[in-house]
Amino acid sequence: MNTYAIDLSLKPTTFDLWHVCLAGTVVLLLLILIVLLLSIVISQIRGKKKSVIQQAEPIVKIVEKIVEVEKPVHAPIPEPVILKEATPDAALQLLGLLQKEARFIDFVKEDITGFSDADIGVAARVVHEGCNKAINDHFTLAPVRSEQEGSKVALPEGFDAATVRLTGNIVGTAPFTGTLVHKGWQVTGIRLPKLTSGYNAAIVAPAEVEL
Amino acid sequence: MSELPYHSQPETNQKDTAVANENVAVKSPQNGTRFSVGIDLGTTHCVLSYADLNHIDDEEFSPQVMAIPQLTSPGSVEEKQQLPSFIYQAHEAELAEDSTSLPWTARPDHLVGEIARNLGSKTPIRLVASAKSWLCHTGVDCKAPILPAEAPDEVVRVSPFQATTAYLQHLCDAWQSLHPDAPLDQQDVVITVPASFDPAARELTVEAARAVGLDQAILLEEPQAALYSWIEKSHGDWRKHAEVGDIILVVDIGGGTTDLSLIAVTQQEGNLELNRVAVGDHILLGGDNMDLALAYTVKAKLEKEGKRLEPWQLQALTHSCRDAKEKIFNNLGLDNVPLVVASRGSSLIGGTLRTDLTREEVNRVLVEGFMPKVAVSDRPISRARTGLRTAGLPYAQDAGITRHLAAFLTKQQGATDELTDINLPEHASFLHPSAVLFNGGVLKADALADRLMEVLNSWLSAEQAPEARLLTGADLDLAVARGAAYYGYVRKGKGVRIKGGTAASYYVGIESAMPAVPGMAPEIQALCIAPFGMEEGTQQELRDDEFGLVIGEPVRFRFFASNTRREDKVGTRLDYWTNDELYELDEIEITLPEDGRRPGEVVPVHLSAAVTEVGTLELQAVSQKDNGRWKIEFDVRAGE
Repeated sequence: MNTYAIDLSLKPTTFDLWHVCLAGTVVLLLLILIVLLLSIVISQIRGKKKSVIQQAEPIVKIVEKIVEVEKPVHAPIPEPVILKEATPDAALQLLGLLQKEARFIDFVKEDITGFSDADIGVAARVVHEGCNKAINDHFTLAPVRSEQEGSKVALPEGFDAATVRLTGNIVGTAPFTGTLVHKGWQVTGIRLPKLTSGYNAAIVAPAEVEL
Repeated sequence: MSELPYHSQPETNQKDTAVANENVAVKSPQNGTRFSVGIDLGTTHCVLSYADLNHIDDEEFSPQVMAIPQLTSPGSVEEKQQLPSFIYQAHEAELAEDSTSLPWTARPDHLVGEIARNLGSKTPIRLVASAKSWLCHTGVDCKAPILPAEAPDEVVRVSPFQATTAYLQHLCDAWQSLHPDAPLDQQDVVITVPASFDPAARELTVEAARAVGLDQAILLEEPQAALYSWIEKSHGDWRKHAEVGDIILVVDIGGGTTDLSLIAVTQQEGNLELNRVAVGDHILLGGDNMDLALAYTVKAKLEKEGKRLEPWQLQALTHSCRDAKEKIFNNLGLDNVPLVVASRGSSLIGGTLRTDLTREEVNRVLVEGFMPKVAVSDRPISRARTGLRTAGLPYAQDAGITRHLAAFLTKQQGATDELTDINLPEHASFLHPSAVLFNGGVLKADALADRLMEVLNSWLSAEQAPEARLLTGADLDLAVARGAAYYGYVRKGKGVRIKGGTAASYYVGIESAMPAVPGMAPEIQALCIAPFGMEEGTQQELRDDEFGLVIGEPVRFRFFASNTRREDKVGTRLDYWTNDELYELDEIEITLPEDGRRPGEVVPVHLSAAVTEVGTLELQAVSQKDNGRWKIEFDVRAGE
């Protein structure tokens, strides 16, 4: 039997079989490592591309609506644009809240031609007061621009076209100056009720039966 | 995950009690106490406020109010700062399956909160309301299922105690779902009760807290909590606003009750001290009465025009009156607010009822009706109750809050006699407050607050006393819960503590030893067992008065309290008293268990009274032979 004593002062002077095997293993492992790293990097780059496209979506959607597609939008990759679908539940829930607090559906669905302005005015109070309550309870609203309506505003280069809509004589380049026609509204907080599994959002107002 | 550091709880003012009863001893400090939690268990709303105790050394105290998830209508859950104290006992066919789940349970035991109030406004027979007022209503068993009182037989009833437990359970569960890493039973919990709560009602509140696992919860009187909140909000400045000799009147007008307390500012070794010297009676009169009064005024106006109102219309009218009243009070330029009551059907335009509420009406009904200009010698009018009132709360008969205040201040004229720092003029006919602190949503209306100050100051100037000043800065809706959370911090030895003790002296009724006179009830004497202002953690024994109790046979005592007789010591016997001085509470009962004794044996005992650290009064019978102790129950009607 050979006895292997570890002697750290020894140095190999030539490539023997063992050292050739060792070197071979190292090279093999290194190759595997490089391949793995490359595959991870590639998959991440692909993932990023996808998310960039998703973020850009809403802007693409709005442009489509305003410009009514006079020029085709040149996207670098002709991947299909997936438009976000609004969930019907949230919309139905809001209708339900407006109906509950403000009798909104009742008011809109009623034929008002036969009534006098005074009668409609009385009902409008119910609707106005209730809508006010429903909106204030569930949303925090703030104007987009704090300036007085009718005053001059300046829009610097690179202003957010989603928050400010240009109208009228749109020529030249930013910065633009113009008159603030509408100060805009933005929702800064939203507190919609959470729904239980048994909630049927399509029932905007249940029928009421008094016993 | 944040760490839960260990906090030792140095108990200040803790006096040794020799009582070997587990309820008297304060719970030992627990690991994991991270928050000081204050729970305002209101008659109409509950609020939970909490503050992180980790930063206790920064002298910075910032309580937050928990947003309480609750059902608002079938199927929808919202977070609100207040939990309406209502339970709705729904019919099994009334609600769709899975439409009553909460974030922590798919099927809650009771419908609590906004949903209960909403559903109950259309079906009042199934609505449990004002459970708290029932707790201190003598003459009913608070553990018997009696609510809703006016419901038909098939509606499942709950007891006032169960209702209180349900509100606490909801708050507990909400806390647990929002702070899963800090169980509520390991936090410092303070629950507020009206200062006018009697010992039985306090005991029931503590019992309800224990039923939901809050064994460590302690009690605090609401007006004191309001004052703590004011102190906390002033960030140390309160010493500039209060001076030695001040008497602070705390007026708390909530949704259903009015609570009055007096707190005197004294001095001890150069430091300001606060002493709660008197509390008023439990007055069932509040903001809800005001809304109802307005609705009836408008109803009368409509009936004059020939329009009849249905009950549901009155309900809706009460609602719109509440909103209209707030508009008129908040907007001085507004003299007239239109009121509309929409029809119930889907046709909105034809069937809507329109009228208006004028500033003149609001002033006449609310300001003149509830805060009339009266002399300090005026008293609340009480007329004989008509008919039998078997079920129902003893609502205040006189809506004049100023008259109740006049009665309170006159009755408590001697409240500060023992305090050398307080000097009342010789000719004073009532106790002169020098500062006023408001609490409760009603007093947010300047018109009502100003009128109350005006009336009080007119009484003061009539006796050449300086006008009382208003202490400002408190949040009238949330102050009690915030103050309760702050009290947890004060108990750690930070900041000033209000000295209080029992708000009344307590007596048991004993038949006098005299020959029986046919047709006459035996004369009764009142034996003082707990004096006024007995502090938490102290105990008094009544060794000289011996009673023979028969083993196995329940013995009852008549039980009295007085919130004016400050000079009575333990053992004082009263032969005569006026109705003003002493009022009778529910009877108390003791049954000596048979363990180790022969039934029928007579054991000589004396009585002992202790005020626990929790803030409840505890009465015991102590055997003269072997020092055995038995608890005397307040809630004797339970189990009958």
